[in-house]
Amino acid sequence: MGKKTVIPIGPYHPLLEEPEFFKLYCDGEIVKDMVWETGYNHRGIEKICQTKTFEQVFYVVERICGICSTSHPFAYANAVESIPGVEIPERAKYIRSIVGELERIHSHLLWVGLAGHFLGYNTVFMWAWKYREPILDMFEIITGNRNSYAMFTIGGVRRDINAEQATQLLKVLDDVKEKTDLLVGAVMDDPVIHARLKGVGVLTSKDIHDFGAVGPTARASMVDIDVRRDDPYAAYDMVNWKVILAKGGDVFAKAEVRLLEMYESIAIIKQCLEGLKKSNQGDIKIKVKEIPPGIGIGHAEAPRGEVFHFVKSDGGNSPVRHKIRAPSYTCIPTFRKSCVGGTVSDAAIATAAVDPCYCCTERMTQVYDYSTGKKIMNAAELIKLSQAKTRDLKDKKV
Amino acid sequence: MGLKEKCFKKSLWVFHLSAGSCNNCDIEILDCLTPKFDIERFGMKLVGSVRHADVLLVTGVVTRKTLSRVKEVYEQAPKPIVVIGIGACACTGGLFRDSYNFAGPLDKVIPVDAYIPGCPPKPESMLAGVMKFLNKK
Repeated sequence: MGKKTVIPIGPYHPLLEEPEFFKLYCDGEIVKDMVWETGYNHRGIEKICQTKTFEQVFYVVERICGICSTSHPFAYANAVESIPGVEIPERAKYIRSIVGELERIHSHLLWVGLAGHFLGYNTVFMWAWKYREPILDMFEIITGNRNSYAMFTIGGVRRDINAEQATQLLKVLDDVKEKTDLLVGAVMDDPVIHARLKGVGVLTSKDIHDFGAVGPTARASMVDIDVRRDDPYAAYDMVNWKVILAKGGDVFAKAEVRLLEMYESIAIIKQCLEGLKKSNQGDIKIKVKEIPPGIGIGHAEAPRGEVFHFVKSDGGNSPVRHKIRAPSYTCIPTFRKSCVGGTVSDAAIATAAVDPCYCCTERMTQVYDYSTGKKIMNAAELIKLSQAKTRDLKDKKV
Repeated sequence: MGLKEKCFKKSLWVFHLSAGSCNNCDIEILDCLTPKFDIERFGMKLVGSVRHADVLLVTGVVTRKTLSRVKEVYEQAPKPIVVIGIGACACTGGLFRDSYNFAGPLDKVIPVDAYIPGCPPKPESMLAGVMKFLNKK
């Protein structure tokens, strides 16, 4: 075997929006191994949550990630509301689903744009982000902000959607559907995109089970999981829709899943708007006086997969423990499977196919001894360890 | 009028540095490039390396892991460079000021010329902020 070349990518690199670090070990054009290092974005959110009241935590978890800023409150709401076991009003359920699905459309459009950018199709990037704008405007009309919507609260939602906004939303949806047709045509019928994406970054259904990957990454390998159907929350069991699956497990299949999911999201929102019309002038919120002691578990299907929140209450004002697991946490390790063996030029799109979100992932910087519960490492030591590991690997392999 | 305002009148090249942000400000910066806001009509563009940049946009809180990197990126930048803190986190620490991984406010780490608050600031306010800074007398 020839001499291996090491290509470091990051932590600040034009390809990457967020700080993260990859090291590709290459033999010629072929990627032989890769190491990824994160932790740049760790902000100690779980600890901050424990110092806030149950109501305030919504606005903390919203700032875990700017792109999925509804999924985290969604999962947290499911977790907190499961402790006293409250049932939220029907109107609130519909509004939650509408916001959740709008976010899915904007997130998938964002991904299509970025994927186009990675492939050198800057036109697709400009198009997709242009068609995303009406959705952000709609968010501003409904919730008051383009991102970080602050829409959810314990027992319901904070703002109602009135008839006028509903009409506007329907118009935007029709428009988005038209543009999605255009994007689907541009991606599915382009021979260059076929040549570039088919057979790249393949994950078999066994790989998905091995790594525990979720969301569109799993569904592109015919693994039929979707929290919205498997454990319905909000209004997802009151509307008709189907889970999109694709064969192949390559990047093309992942693109297909995301593009077709946008149609489903549009259908869900339209049915929810019908539901809103029927439940005219209902309550959007019920009052939850206190959160009794107990454990709450909630999950929600984010655009990238399952978000999981665990909340422990001791009957006081704030959670005593809050654990978050974001979808990218299980999807990012699949990089080693999807990139190794491919060429360097395919590595970028193979990693981007997962739609990794590093700010979601970075929860943990301390290591505890499992049996004694004693802290054995702090953040600085872990960083040192991580750096040393990278150095060792470099010495060994180069 | 300082040297910076005198130097930078047109065609600013911008480098974007995410110190430890939630992506919100970052996607709003990217939004500025897209057809609706299109900052390229002012000659502004995002560049791949800080060595080519006139303006350094910093988003997010400076975490303990990114602290040394932020300093290093600032040192690599050609001087004079305009540093703009985007978003509540970069301006004040925002929600994360009490976090154990917060390495201090951005302006204690590197000199900051302008602040654009908001969570996240809208693309319009970013454009307005940059224009206000450049027209400062």
